[in-house]
Amino acid sequence: MNPDIQSLVATIYRTESRRVLATLIRLLGDFELAEEALHDAFAAAVQQWPREGVPANPRAWLVSTGRFKAIDSIRRRARFDSVLAELANTLESEVAGPDAAAEEVVEDDRLRLIFTCCHPALSGDAQIALTLREVCGLTTEEIARAFLVSPTTVAQRIVRAKAKIRDARIPYQVPGRAELPERLGPVLQTIYLVFNEGYLASSGADLMRCDLSAEAIRLGRLLADLLPEPEVCGLLALMLLQESRRAARVSAAGDLILLEDQDRSLWNREQIAEGVALVERALSSGRFGAYTLQAAIAAVHAEAEDAAATDWAQIVGLYDVLMRIVPSPVVELNRAVAVAMRDGPEAGLTLIDAILDRGELQNYHLAHAARAELYQRLARTAEARAAYAQALALARQDTERRFLEKRLDALPG
Amino acid sequence: MKYLCLVYSSEEALHSLPESPKDSECIAYAESVRASGRMLAAEALESVQTATTVRVRNGRMSITDGPFAETKEQLAGFYLIEARDLNEAIQVAARIPAARVGCVEVRPVRELKPD
Repeated sequence: MNPDIQSLVATIYRTESRRVLATLIRLLGDFELAEEALHDAFAAAVQQWPREGVPANPRAWLVSTGRFKAIDSIRRRARFDSVLAELANTLESEVAGPDAAAEEVVEDDRLRLIFTCCHPALSGDAQIALTLREVCGLTTEEIARAFLVSPTTVAQRIVRAKAKIRDARIPYQVPGRAELPERLGPVLQTIYLVFNEGYLASSGADLMRCDLSAEAIRLGRLLADLLPEPEVCGLLALMLLQESRRAARVSAAGDLILLEDQDRSLWNREQIAEGVALVERALSSGRFGAYTLQAAIAAVHAEAEDAAATDWAQIVGLYDVLMRIVPSPVVELNRAVAVAMRDGPEAGLTLIDAILDRGELQNYHLAHAARAELYQRLARTAEARAAYAQALALARQDTERRFLEKRLDALPG
Repeated sequence: MKYLCLVYSSEEALHSLPESPKDSECIAYAESVRASGRMLAAEALESVQTATTVRVRNGRMSITDGPFAETKEQLAGFYLIEARDLNEAIQVAARIPAARVGCVEVRPVRELKPD
């Protein structure tokens, strides 16, 4: 086969296969059928394009070829099943229309696919697996490696999710204005979970897990293009601003480096500029939420020349707003740390102790680690030592444990 | 497509809380679902204390007092509705007054296929 056409088909697969799939799911009303049709359409392209030339609009050709192949295959199976015969007739009579692959319709199909994969009637694990498989095109094996589970587990999650979509009839549609706020939540959460899975990965050696962050940012960009809601921009900004510190947050030995100790010349300025612009746009809309506020906090850090120049008063103010929107003990803890930076360690300790006295965060290692830091700054070594020990007893991740052990060892005799 | 909306609640919460629905509100909501053309059937149930469970094993029937399983929340009533898809069914379920104090399980009806 002509190597030029072969590489062209490969390129088109990379850039178009997810779009073609999203449209085929709409036209065929079934995930499995659409995936088979997608496969058949590309197989036909490999055979026919060298002979007949590359069509003027490859995407439209793939959609219509996939659709006909699917109808054919249903028809072949239909010899034994009258319900299938009826289905084939219905599908054929529904005119796909010349616009089936038009830009606008296709982009809507991509949104339909995202909202269906992240439907709240599916479990969180299933939403993530399905989104990475169908929207991003990752293989089951790649998803399994990234989430440290077996490929069988991932495959099962995907099969069950598709069965629920079909049997409970989860519709293939973008929610209307009224439902959008509650339906956007799970979509953003899925994307952010994928991002964190990659970002918080303990070792830099595992490339697949870093790729997850890149994949989440790609998804965030796609969603921001398709649906430029303030919180979508806010989430994209948050991911970019966190990602901008990737090179600085872990030492060569794989140890965590605190924000205040990071070499800021290693921060990615392009990502920061893009993130800051997105935050400003989201904030100016006045309809922002928790992702935008977290991004705004990250932006204040990103814009400080060095740790000492950080505008802590502004950060405390942003946490105040965040507490009003999504009150939680963890947000309260972060606010307390910011207050400590603005007003001194005692002020922070009072706030953290109040949270612990309420019986909250007692098993959260970062609450004890924060207390230890503040005692250390007050040179109250015995209390710092006790708090670090408590944090260590609760911390699970290796990098975090190593970090806490080092801090503990560094305390004066 | 048919969906069965099963309304579960602890029987205490169903009647004792400030936000517990009154019968008149439940009747009004059922009437509005009927008017929308989606209603196939809906009933509220007597307390689970009145339940009797029947089993047949090896051709022999056994009868026991009470529900099939002791749970914190009990089946308090149901709606059998006709809806275009799960989203529409969820919209109907979310407005059932008892959803404020309990929860509603939405289950698609499986069409039995003759051999």
